[in-house]
Amino acid sequence: MENYAHPEVLVDTAWVAAHAKDPNVRVVEVDVDTKAYAEGHIPGAQAWAWNTQLCDTVRRDILSQEKFEELMAASGIAPETTLVIYGDSNNWFAAWAFWQAKIYGHKDVRLMNGGRKKWLAEGGELSTETPHPMPTHYRAQEADLSLRAFLPQAQAASAHGAAGLVDVRSPQEFTGEILAPPGLPETCQRGGHIPGARNIPWGKACNEDGTFKSAGELLDLYGAEGIDGTRPVIAYCRIGERSSHSWFVLKYLLGFDNVTNYDGSWTEWGNLVGAPVERGAVAAARGRS
Amino acid sequence: MKAEQYQERKIEIAGWPVNVASYRLDEVWHSKADNVSPGAALSRASGATREEAEQKAIARAGDLLSRTRRHPV
Repeated sequence: MENYAHPEVLVDTAWVAAHAKDPNVRVVEVDVDTKAYAEGHIPGAQAWAWNTQLCDTVRRDILSQEKFEELMAASGIAPETTLVIYGDSNNWFAAWAFWQAKIYGHKDVRLMNGGRKKWLAEGGELSTETPHPMPTHYRAQEADLSLRAFLPQAQAASAHGAAGLVDVRSPQEFTGEILAPPGLPETCQRGGHIPGARNIPWGKACNEDGTFKSAGELLDLYGAEGIDGTRPVIAYCRIGERSSHSWFVLKYLLGFDNVTNYDGSWTEWGNLVGAPVERGAVAAARGRS
Repeated sequence: MKAEQYQERKIEIAGWPVNVASYRLDEVWHSKADNVSPGAALSRASGATREEAEQKAIARAGDLLSRTRRHPV
């Protein structure tokens, strides 16, 4: 599949149509717009809501191991199940779910290339029925924190170049012109980006139909900004979901070894007292160079 | 049930590029408006015709986008 380093983590819509009712396969929809599922979804697919089921709703964090196990068990997913995730906005939050599944060691998890958009555009079968799978007993592995970056790692990358920082937000967010994506609430005190970061918007990794660009195109995209797999990479955005999409691209489609997702992202850095911030046109020009 | 006559187009609302998708599910038309960059859903609406569904989604998106502040850089 497009010469990707790990093509086994992607399935196309035809594969899902053929396997959606396979007892060894579970299909889960994860959308930015959590109302999309109810309108119609792939028959047999379940929904996970990113804002209630894929995060700790008390403190700011990803799911705990225990909560992840509960979610998987309630979804009828066993450790050996092939988990296929898809969603709207080119698999934006589907990648967030994929990232957490990998953190907790689920072996066979895949994204449906093109996501919900491609399924709709192709006239794929839709259902409004919510499945009720038989619960399993799911035991997750200890969290693999080599996939996740925290503030100290982002600070070290910025101060000492210990890793390449990739800001995957829009150019307007990167420069500080806007504090959140257009139309969404502002969630930080300051605009701009982490000093030293390169701006490679996440959506540039996708084609118009929502599928991922070829490995060659992706290598060119990231390579033009000095992200070529020769040193560690930390991806970040606003809350860590867009950057999980870029993390997926860098780690699985391009096969870079050391890629982490800094899910604290700009809502952490941009609210820190005393944190250095780069902003403005000069920074933007550098980010695009 | 299948999505029929799926269509997308890009327009500008309140100075921001917006992607408007629309399609028919059974007898109901659905529309969704996203901000193009990054691609987040702004609004969703339905109606008896494509035009009605799109107009509702566009109106709601316009309301949200008009509140977006641009800061000097």
